[in-house]
Amino acid sequence: MATQEHKSPQRRDADPADDAPEPAPATAPAKQELDSDIDSVLDEIDGVLESNSEEFVRGFVQKGGQ
Amino acid sequence: MTVRRVMGIETEYGISVPGDPTANPMVLSGRVVTAYATQQGMRAARAGWDYEDEAPLRDARGFDMARAIADPSQLTDEEDPTLANVVLTNGARLYVDHAHPEYSSPEVTTPRAAITWDRAGELVMREAVGLLAVPGTPGVNLYKNNTDGKGASYGTHENYLMSRATPFADVVRHLIPFFVARQVMCGSGRVGIGVESTRPGFQLAQRSDFFEVEVGLETTLKRPIINTRDEPHAVAERYRRLHVIIGDANHSDVSNLLKLGTTSLVLGMIEAGAVTEDLTVDKPVESLHRLSHDPTLKATVEVAGRRTMTGVQLLWSYYELADTWLQQTYGGELDPDTAEVMQRWEQVLTTLERDPMDAAREVDWVTKLQALEGFRARDGLEWSDPRLKAIDIQWSDVRADKGLFNRMLAAGRVDQLVDDDTVRAAVTAPPEDTRAYFRGTCLARFPQEVAAASWDSVIFDVRSQPSLQRVPTLEPERGTKSHVGGLLEQAGSADELLRLLAQDAPTGA
Repeated sequence: MATQEHKSPQRRDADPADDAPEPAPATAPAKQELDSDIDSVLDEIDGVLESNSEEFVRGFVQKGGQ
Repeated sequence: MTVRRVMGIETEYGISVPGDPTANPMVLSGRVVTAYATQQGMRAARAGWDYEDEAPLRDARGFDMARAIADPSQLTDEEDPTLANVVLTNGARLYVDHAHPEYSSPEVTTPRAAITWDRAGELVMREAVGLLAVPGTPGVNLYKNNTDGKGASYGTHENYLMSRATPFADVVRHLIPFFVARQVMCGSGRVGIGVESTRPGFQLAQRSDFFEVEVGLETTLKRPIINTRDEPHAVAERYRRLHVIIGDANHSDVSNLLKLGTTSLVLGMIEAGAVTEDLTVDKPVESLHRLSHDPTLKATVEVAGRRTMTGVQLLWSYYELADTWLQQTYGGELDPDTAEVMQRWEQVLTTLERDPMDAAREVDWVTKLQALEGFRARDGLEWSDPRLKAIDIQWSDVRADKGLFNRMLAAGRVDQLVDDDTVRAAVTAPPEDTRAYFRGTCLARFPQEVAAASWDSVIFDVRSQPSLQRVPTLEPERGTKSHVGGLLEQAGSADELLRLLAQDAPTGA
């Protein structure tokens, strides 16, 4: 059971020391990066999404199955 | 106990004609199957299905439902010649089920192989859409999802071969809590709450709201968390085929691998009597809905009448049991497939526990929710906005250019475990380690002589015999490449194959 005891803390109770190397100021650029990443996801979807959403959704009618 | 067992995935695809919601889905589904079969040089009616051993009304609890009181949709063994049906060279079945085209994967033995041949099915459907995209016609679109958001749901079913010796009551007791929680890492995400999406919002799983009872035989009405259909398609006294109807159609390899892999492990523990903790969930159906409706993953269920747990915590309990059991059995020396599932299981639960949104590369519902939240933030959209509903539907479009998940994949935004070449090969090649190898290879080698096939038989129509020759394949792990590959290679004709099989009877397919 040694392995399990070894794994549990690492997994369950995030050791505060693990977060230490990440300095607080890093948060802002990381967030910017994340935002621009999300923007490119949205651009990707905008480029192919059916133009008339309402009609598209109304037209998607299925018969039940299993 | 490992993740290894005979398993497979059946997927019914959503089908529609752009601009024509009244198009007949049965006829359309037939066109999908026929178009693909014809392209492969097969006739959809030629290699028909052998219904002899089917028993859709047999109940695992030990009785048969009277045919007269069964819903017509349950009578899946009555052949309707107008419905297209074909067995593919990869051992899969492509056919019309109710009002949807369905791809039932060949039998495989690992979660990795299950997702490989499940994705091969997506390529089959994509190919069919391409074939039906005739200029000047609206074409047919196919969706790997499970609801139209308006009250209709269609299934993605998993099948697991189990030991007949395991009491079914044990399966029910230990599997219900697991299925209540499993959606946390395997749900595909859905816009709308309630079967008819009467409440705006987002939930983890496509299917959860459609489940009404804990245990039952039905699959199309009063859907049960544990389906009791007892149709092993194998030696009945030795095996049970557990038919799981509660899962979503997955796009993400990680979610799909975890769905098959963790379920197989839990079944292994049930067979071994290794679920030593009482994890009974109070009011399972209500709990299933509650967990699905909370993307923050803070919602709890009451366990064993004495503690509350989140879905992630409940899954950690199953993980710990499996980890302990594997340690005791193998002392840390796991086969690669089991090791992969355990490692991914631990990693995904850790991530979900920290912040669910961090799992966007792995978990289907998170990938979808991240995109939807982006739109909500940028354009100030309410959950009732048709644009969000449209994204939810188009997410599952099987086309590479139109399907939004496929775009995420192409843009490198999600983790892929099985590469595209492997999946492409699986479109035509059968798995080599189950009877699907025999079935698929017979179809590839002797398409003219195979009159019909099913999971547990291949029927030949050969000139030298006055009657059809039925080769039963009741043992799922026989008829493998190592077992009959030599015979199939040696046989120059179907006639010769039958002769060789007869000589080799004790080890025949």
